[in-house]
Amino acid sequence: MKAVCWQGVGELTVERVPDPGILNGQDAIVKVLATTTCGSDLHLLGGYVSSMRAGDVIGHEFLGEIVETGPDVRRHRPGDRVVVCSIIGCGRCWACRHDLWSLCENSNPTPDLAETVWGGATAGVFGFSHMMGGFHGSHAEFIRVPFADHNAFPVPEGVEDTSALFTSDAAPTGWMGADLGGVKPGDVVAVWGCGAVGQMAARAAMLLGADQVISIDRFPERLAMTARHVGAEVVDYTATDVLAELRERTGGRGPDVCIEAVGMEAHGVGPDHLYEQAKQRPGTGQERPFALQEAILACRPGGSVFILGVFAGAVDRFPLGAMMNKGLTVRGAQQHGHRYIPMLLDRVARGELVTSHLATHIMPLDEAPAGYDMFRDKKDGCVRVVFRPDM
Amino acid sequence: MKRVVIGVVSLAGTGVVVARWLASRHRGPSPVRDPRERHRWMAVTIYCRPDDVAPDGRLPRPLADLDVEVRIEKAPGDRGTELYARPRMPMPMGRAAVLARLRGEHPREQVRTALRQVKSLIETGEVLHPDPDLSRPRPARIGRPMAKVVDMALARSAGEERL
Ligand SMILES: NC(=O)c1ccc[n+]([C@@H]2O[C@H](COP(=O)([O-])OP(=O)(O)OC[C@H]3O[C@@H](n4cnc5c(N)ncnc54)[C@H](O)[C@@H]3O)[C@@H](O)[C@H]2O)c1
Ligand SMILES: [Zn+2]
Ligand SMILES: [Zn+2]
Repeated sequence: MKAVCWQGVGELTVERVPDPGILNGQDAIVKVLATTTCGSDLHLLGGYVSSMRAGDVIGHEFLGEIVETGPDVRRHRPGDRVVVCSIIGCGRCWACRHDLWSLCENSNPTPDLAETVWGGATAGVFGFSHMMGGFHGSHAEFIRVPFADHNAFPVPEGVEDTSALFTSDAAPTGWMGADLGGVKPGDVVAVWGCGAVGQMAARAAMLLGADQVISIDRFPERLAMTARHVGAEVVDYTATDVLAELRERTGGRGPDVCIEAVGMEAHGVGPDHLYEQAKQRPGTGQERPFALQEAILACRPGGSVFILGVFAGAVDRFPLGAMMNKGLTVRGAQQHGHRYIPMLLDRVARGELVTSHLATHIMPLDEAPAGYDMFRDKKDGCVRVVFRPDM
Repeated sequence: MKRVVIGVVSLAGTGVVVARWLASRHRGPSPVRDPRERHRWMAVTIYCRPDDVAPDGRLPRPLADLDVEVRIEKAPGDRGTELYARPRMPMPMGRAAVLARLRGEHPREQVRTALRQVKSLIETGEVLHPDPDLSRPRPARIGRPMAKVVDMALARSAGEERL
């Protein structure tokens, strides 16, 4: 079959690789109908996530049709249209049973590196390095889905592929930021990043009852899209002082909940940016935390900050003093998608959660390398490129 | 894995350094060498009742196939059952230990793997197989051979405090 393979920093190729097969009784094989780019892939492409190897198939946000099931799969059968969570959970360990699916204790067959570097491992993730299990990604014609009963979710009839697709990763990630960030009715919420993840976080905050949601980015098309489809207020951080702007818009308090949806390659302005960028070389483990710094400084005393953006190593100049003295709650996680996906699919079906606008570009798998260039450089208003292997 | 580690080591011409580094026991934040390193219990916490770990006192496989000392305790709160094990056989030392680790034959590593497998079998009924490795046998062209060496070396399963 065809698959999109990581070959090195900034280098992707479309290759012929062997078709996947059932390796465990609880596996299913899914024919990929739609698979999309994610900001996390950019960190892999940038070379900032160690333990990628040349030839690894990438991609983790996808939807497809079950074509084969192992003998121990109970809830699915061939022909089912399913969205698959980007994170792999077993459904039965302590973490899964407590809805902390990205901490699944049985789905990462290669936990050693994470245990050494982080003091503990995460769940397996599709197409996301050998630190997270070395699973093949979804930018391919077929993919093996382990523990299929727990990781694949039936898509309600009438919901388009390109809407349901984003309940695999971007929507549950955003929802988790608002939910575990503790958004309550009446809160003011600020979200850094207007990519798919940030937009979904902003929308989740509203649906959870926030009174005011302010989204921050620099790309005019993304800001406009967030205002139009999400209904958030927007701030261009290159045109204003974000901290002053947020104080002014919130009666001098600062947001109750700050959600960071940018990650380790945050863009910054001024000499700080040049300094951080110079330090951040692949392999050094140093990452650029501008949006996170700003979120912590902006947050009202006693408020909470949720880190959705992916970090893998260490950051310099983390504002620990602000966090400690303002009594902030800071949390982060890879998404615990399983706890939200059925609810999100229902909301998409009811029209409460709109996701289809995120699919700004649809292409065949063969064009993935060009699609990723466009996504990385945010050209042509690109927010997510969706690849359709059948095109 | 073995093949790739050796390939990278010769490529980078840092074999000796890496071998020494691999043999070094001063990793991690602790400045003190762990005097109990070779005798520590390794453990997994399994989300089930103690009776389900060793029904009728019989150890689950593949742990039962190894020459190990075993201890079973109820975990605090709702966390399930703690299953502890450590090898009874004599431990390889120095270079022999490094080689044993690279070959995946180090007794502690075998016990650690068996513990993980037991946990997964009890909780899920299977041990998840990794996808076949499609990566090419030569190191990635990512312009950071040293980082690669470190990655590979780290992946050698020596951090045993956690499973
Ligand atoms: N926690 C999880 O499970 C999970 C899941 C999916 C994605 N992610 C992470 O979420 C992050 C966002 O993902 P995405 O797909 O939306 O990425 P994206 O690249 O499409 O969007 C990132 C956005 O952040 C903006 N940005 C950059 N610097 C900024 C700054 N200083 N202030 C405000 N905005 C800034 C960019 O302009 C861009 O619009 C990534 O780090 C990704 O790895 C995490
Ligand atoms: Zn993602
Ligand atoms: Zn689990």
